[in-house]
Amino acid sequence: MTLTLATKDGLAAQDAARDKSPLAIRGMTVSYGQKPAVFSVDMTVEPAKMTAIIGPNGAGKSTLLKAALGIVKPLAGSTTVFGKPVARVRDRIAYVPQRASVDWDFPTRVIDVVLMGLYPQLGLLGRVRKSHRDAAQHCLERVGMEGFATRQIGQLSGGQQQRVFLARALAQDADLYLLDEPFAGVDAATEKAIIKVLKGLRDAGKTVVAVHHDLSTVPEYFDNVFLINTRRVAEGPVATTFTDMHLQDAYAGRLAGAQMDAIRAT
Amino acid sequence: MIRDALLLQLGYNATLVTLGAALLGMAAGVGGTFLFLRKRALVSDAISHATLPGVALAFIVMVALGGDGRNLVGLLTGAAVSAALGLLIVTWLSSKTRLAEDAAIGAVLSVFFGFGIVLLTVIQTMTAGRQAGLEGFLLGSTAGMLRSDALVIAVSAALTLALVLLMRRPLTLASFDPEFARSTGQNVTRTDLIMMALVLAVTVVGLKIVGLILIVALLIIPPVTARFWTERTDHVVLIAGLLGGVSAYVGAAISAAMPNVPTGPIIVLVGFALFACSLLLSPARGVVSAYLRHRAYQRQVHLRQGLLALAHGQPIYERLTLRLLRRQGWALPDGVATPEGQGRAARAMRDETRWQVIRRDPAYEAAAARYDGLTPIESVLTADQIAEVDSRIEVAT
Repeated sequence: MTLTLATKDGLAAQDAARDKSPLAIRGMTVSYGQKPAVFSVDMTVEPAKMTAIIGPNGAGKSTLLKAALGIVKPLAGSTTVFGKPVARVRDRIAYVPQRASVDWDFPTRVIDVVLMGLYPQLGLLGRVRKSHRDAAQHCLERVGMEGFATRQIGQLSGGQQQRVFLARALAQDADLYLLDEPFAGVDAATEKAIIKVLKGLRDAGKTVVAVHHDLSTVPEYFDNVFLINTRRVAEGPVATTFTDMHLQDAYAGRLAGAQMDAIRAT
Repeated sequence: MIRDALLLQLGYNATLVTLGAALLGMAAGVGGTFLFLRKRALVSDAISHATLPGVALAFIVMVALGGDGRNLVGLLTGAAVSAALGLLIVTWLSSKTRLAEDAAIGAVLSVFFGFGIVLLTVIQTMTAGRQAGLEGFLLGSTAGMLRSDALVIAVSAALTLALVLLMRRPLTLASFDPEFARSTGQNVTRTDLIMMALVLAVTVVGLKIVGLILIVALLIIPPVTARFWTERTDHVVLIAGLLGGVSAYVGAAISAAMPNVPTGPIIVLVGFALFACSLLLSPARGVVSAYLRHRAYQRQVHLRQGLLALAHGQPIYERLTLRLLRRQGWALPDGVATPEGQGRAARAMRDETRWQVIRRDPAYEAAAARYDGLTPIESVLTADQIAEVDSRIEVAT
């Protein structure tokens, strides 16, 4: 076999992987002002796996997700979801923003927030029927919040708010779930509840991608990792990619020895 | 006279004007709700002040063309154009320059309003200008309003209401969680534009009745008032529409009965009265109920602390604590527990010990999170769980 052929095969294989990938990002650059937050990043998410996006503060983890979804406008780069442009497969994507990004004193109840996940399906004027309400209620049950449907969202604890956001994503009934820091500032019971739901989604063949900040739980929670520090550092299965070398690369030596020991112990 | 006006007994024109005002008030309350929820209330102030040069220029142009300068449709078109220009400048300044939105609002508001006043002065010197009555656009006036004027206002207000009804879901989503809205493919920039168009429409239509200085109040006071009474977006919209409608109806009726009183200020004062009542009396968010809740809570805390002090045989120094214990009949004036007080103290003590146990045990984390020093543990755990906790306490002692 000639070298050119092998390269062609290789490229063809890469393209095929990208077409099948639930989320494939190519050459993504996002900049706030003159300083890039994400620079020329490629990412190919494996289907039916849980992938953690990790990296130090300000490494562009959240920005990468937002750019992939078109929430922030990238300077360059493209995203495909299941091989198609994002705009054509919105109904297969569910997104959970950071909890701190909304005003929790907003006049709305838990069940109303979950029903927002059905808005694309309801359209502008479609009536909210009992079947929709039942579906929303079922999503609340899945995150253990069924008793809170008529509470005002401001009355919830941080962990409960996060679970309501997850329930809204469940209501979207997607194939790709993108979560921005779902475990930030939540209690241990919520963390357990959320990870159980996410693993359930994965086991049902859905793909889960989460921005994650707690390195010690990565091996326990996730199948794959994507390390980023403005640029892509590494990507692959936890066993082979979540290594000292890559972590030092991503965190540029900012990881204390104690933290490294803690990760190694897991 | 006022009673006649409120009952729509002042003739066909006054009735039409009053009903038109009510529709406008509803449109303003409903449209203003999303402005309030999106936390961009002050943009409407820039929009309304930016209408003045448009009104004046439209008058000058219509007179120059040999027409009637007072034609309402013409004046409102001028107002809409210059308000849109003002809005465009605010948006451009705050998105493309380093100027923050509040500074942009302040700049646009004052410059446009100043220019408008200059133009009004110029109009005063024109022969056609003396009877123009354009000052009515500053504070609102229903005096001399034509039947066709009232119809224009009523129809535009109804159209605005219909638009809000159609766009209620995108507007809600963009106000609560714009990032999520974008992730579902919603064009939030366009939703914001529609919201601003709504506000612009209400402002322009309301110029004649409420006046440009006070129209912002009709957009903002109703939703702020409605927020006191509900925790649901759709209900805030409905209540705000109702309150806006009532304020405008009453204001316009009073002004129709007393032609020398400007309409806008009356409408705003009616709206403010409703706001003040809500601020005081709302059961969930009102000042009075917040004070009562705080006092009840404080008393509960004092009683609990007093009982625990009794259980430990400690003296009680706080006068409020002692007074509360005495009123319950749980302590004597010298701070010694009565027999009933002793029972209560022992029970409080046992409750506290049980809480300490479950707060140390990760298995009870969810329940322990509800600890506030007041909630009895029976409301969190089952009888079996309590028995299990008690068995641990016995082992420890």
